[in-house]
Amino acid sequence: MKELKRSNEPLFWLLFGAGGMWGAIFAPIIILSMLLLPAFGVEGGERLWRLVHDSIFGKVFMLAMIVLPLWCGFHRIHHCLHDMKIHSALVKPLCYLAALALSGLAFWAVVTP
Amino acid sequence: MADMNKMSLRVMRYNPERDDAPRMQGYDVPWDPSTSFLDALSYIKDTLDPSLSFRSSCRMAICGSCGVMINGVPKLACKTFLRDYPEGAAVEAMANFPVERDLVVDLTHFLEYIQTLKPYILGNQRRPEEGPNSQTPEQLAAFRKFSMCINCGLCYAACPQFGLNSGFLGPAALTLAQRYNLDSRDFGKAERMPHINKEKGGVWACTFVGYCSEVCPKHVDPASALQQCKVESALDFAAAVLNCTKKKEAGHGKQT
Repeated sequence: MKELKRSNEPLFWLLFGAGGMWGAIFAPIIILSMLLLPAFGVEGGERLWRLVHDSIFGKVFMLAMIVLPLWCGFHRIHHCLHDMKIHSALVKPLCYLAALALSGLAFWAVVTP
Repeated sequence: MADMNKMSLRVMRYNPERDDAPRMQGYDVPWDPSTSFLDALSYIKDTLDPSLSFRSSCRMAICGSCGVMINGVPKLACKTFLRDYPEGAAVEAMANFPVERDLVVDLTHFLEYIQTLKPYILGNQRRPEEGPNSQTPEQLAAFRKFSMCINCGLCYAACPQFGLNSGFLGPAALTLAQRYNLDSRDFGKAERMPHINKEKGGVWACTFVGYCSEVCPKHVDPASALQQCKVESALDFAAAVLNCTKKKEAGHGKQT
């Protein structure tokens, strides 16, 4: 049997799945408590921001909060473009390089004190 | 029959030897609440226009021959009734397949993909004198739903990814692969996985649109089977990466 080339999609699909779950479970409450409610003068968001600044757990959590939905989003864009009959070979590398670059930026932003 | 109500049906006609493109032709068909679309097509062929071509066999949703598009939705003509379309309906050949003539499509791709995935028990060494393989109700329940497929091809007519890429193995074939991979009597998973994992046309061409499960006349739920296939393929991917790392380590060990 001739060797069939294995798809590397599982890697991106697992990140997509993780991002989708994170986006559904954690993202709404974090956006509400850390951004929207403080904007309307509700107190408490400050404590969460301090957690992100001061603890490893907070930093890791915030990094996952930004990075996982990024991979989920770019995976969706990649497949949406395929559905819209844009089949350029550049789409996949461009989408995932963008996710990688923004993940790097998020890492820099979250980890630097 | 003369005093029955009549319904206007528009039926796709296409003769590749004569027509440049398919066209719709109207027919008035007598009907009552028990008239199926297959009855209507048979009436047209028997009394109005003997040149109309369509496939059918069992008339009871078990042979899977009479798949057509009714108002753009993939349906079995024998299991769909005129009473549900009081405004009339358009009957066309199944989408995403090349049309041979009128409502008859070329299913070659689909049948080849089913063969590719070896949907039969492989590698079971048990001999007849040892008696039948036993299976617990739980082991049966794991795959039973996926074994109800009648190979009608409606899921392929529904699948936008098969429409975009006819190299995609598609819902029914991959569901059958998963059905045998889940069967406790089967040992052929290693032979099927390379096809499921492959870059062009494997399970990863599926984007979980889910329309296949909606149109399936036997409630097989191919979308769920393909999601299970993806989990299997992802685990297989992880195992391959780990094995590769182990091999490299072993190779490195020998050198030093």
